[in-house]
Amino acid sequence: MKYDVKQFELISNEKIADGIFDMRVKNDELAPLAKCGQFAHVYVPSKTLRRPISVCDSANGVLRLVYQVKGEGTQIMSQMKPGESVDILAPLGNGFKLEKGKRYCLIGGGIGVPPMLYTAKQTKNPLVITGFRNKDLIILQDDFKQSGAELVLTTDDGSAGIHGFVTDVLKDKIGEVDEVCACGPIPMLKAIAEVCKVNNKPCQISLEERMACGIGACLVCAVRVRKDGEEIMQHVCKDGPVFNAEEVVF
Amino acid sequence: MADLSVKIAGTEFNNPIIAASGTFGFGREYGEFYPLEKLGGISCKGITLKRRDGNPSPRIAETPSGILNAVGLQNPGVDVFINEDLPWLKQQNTVIIANIAGNTPEEYCEMAEKLSETSVDMIEMNISCPNVKSGGVQFGTSCESVGAITKAVRKHCTKPLIVKLSPNVTDIALIAQSAEANGADAVSMINTLTGMRIDIKTRRPIIRNNTGGMSGPAVFPIAVRMVWQVSKAIKIPIIGMGGISTWQDAVEMMIAGASALQIGTVMFSDPYAPIKINEGINKFLDENGLKSVSELTGTIKPW
Repeated sequence: MKYDVKQFELISNEKIADGIFDMRVKNDELAPLAKCGQFAHVYVPSKTLRRPISVCDSANGVLRLVYQVKGEGTQIMSQMKPGESVDILAPLGNGFKLEKGKRYCLIGGGIGVPPMLYTAKQTKNPLVITGFRNKDLIILQDDFKQSGAELVLTTDDGSAGIHGFVTDVLKDKIGEVDEVCACGPIPMLKAIAEVCKVNNKPCQISLEERMACGIGACLVCAVRVRKDGEEIMQHVCKDGPVFNAEEVVF
Repeated sequence: MADLSVKIAGTEFNNPIIAASGTFGFGREYGEFYPLEKLGGISCKGITLKRRDGNPSPRIAETPSGILNAVGLQNPGVDVFINEDLPWLKQQNTVIIANIAGNTPEEYCEMAEKLSETSVDMIEMNISCPNVKSGGVQFGTSCESVGAITKAVRKHCTKPLIVKLSPNVTDIALIAQSAEANGADAVSMINTLTGMRIDIKTRRPIIRNNTGGMSGPAVFPIAVRMVWQVSKAIKIPIIGMGGISTWQDAVEMMIAGASALQIGTVMFSDPYAPIKINEGINKFLDENGLKSVSELTGTIKPW
């Protein structure tokens, strides 16, 4: 059986920036199966739908889930306490495909930054570009530094790091890498995909969409992609969340 | 251990729990959680004559104790279903129900005829999908149109025919009678209730289709009421659905008049719900000295 739901023990659940929480949950069976770019489908008591949260890191049976409080479900998640049991269906989806010998540029924008940490740990000396709206939303900088990555910080308003967008940095540095992996808001991903196309570099992007089953049965998290010259609907949960940027119809 | 098997229109089910159409795909994904023979049956994702891509995203929004969806019948078409999915489904040792939706009565008839020549066990005619522009619910909201399409499809359908009813009507009992009088072997009910949510910041509907079909625990009391009303109006069996989430809900729906059940939305939070519901029903039957689950059907004692 490919899928399973298990009870994870909540180890910690702390606020790390404005509206952003860092949850660590332990389960020795399922946590070690997680690959970079996959997600965990978290049951939230009293809600009808699970919440899909990207895997930020996985080590020693502990999954790290960094999430933003956006609505009622994530609000309830943010109030869960250490020692509580968390019902999680994981790991799900297809993550980033990393090849040995390539140098990667990993780009995260806002709450798209967390999955890039686990990805950075799976590849040698990556260039990591993290972008945030302002200094109050910055997360995970120390973790990236400890991972050995070359790290660049940008903010939209210039309140920390480079004043500008991640794509401004990418345009300067794209010659130093072989491939780009990115996660973040759609306008950012679209801009990154264009830079990659112009420079003839492969680009993988992680998408999000409102989701229900998480396994490809209910078909709600549809994304339009181009395969063999034909536009078809694929699904973020099962075909993604990571897609080849050239195939996505924005 | 009580007898959980039920018989609907001559078809034997190992237990009364059927996966509801649209929530379970063609079974392969949930088959990665447990053997599908644990289910009484599977009502497959609604299929159309030709491939449909469905609506743009977002296709779902959460509501208090429920969800709205507007997938818009994304499916690969009846021929792909017959050639690529049905052979696999038939190996799963559970009842396979094909759910069909058309743009015209002729399309329903053509699909019923094609499927009648396959190993599918039953056909569920979906005249209640609220999320497509043509077809779907337009055939399901008047006694005349339900009667006409049931009569037409009946002529082309040699399999047991289930008519899936919309709750978005004035009197569902009259609609059910029209389906019965024109050849339906059973009815399944209720499909989703049309609903809407709006993002107050952007003033945009959350669902790209603007409106969607509402399901989940919030609709359960409406479904129970409608199953009870219809059970008094027709003699053919009712497959009850609409927000069933626990074994207690399942027992309640059968007492209201259902002979079998479909469950859907609950699977999104708990994929193992069908198994837990069957275990709960079994325990309830044993504790109450009932030998068969069918003994529950229609045993309501109304005031």
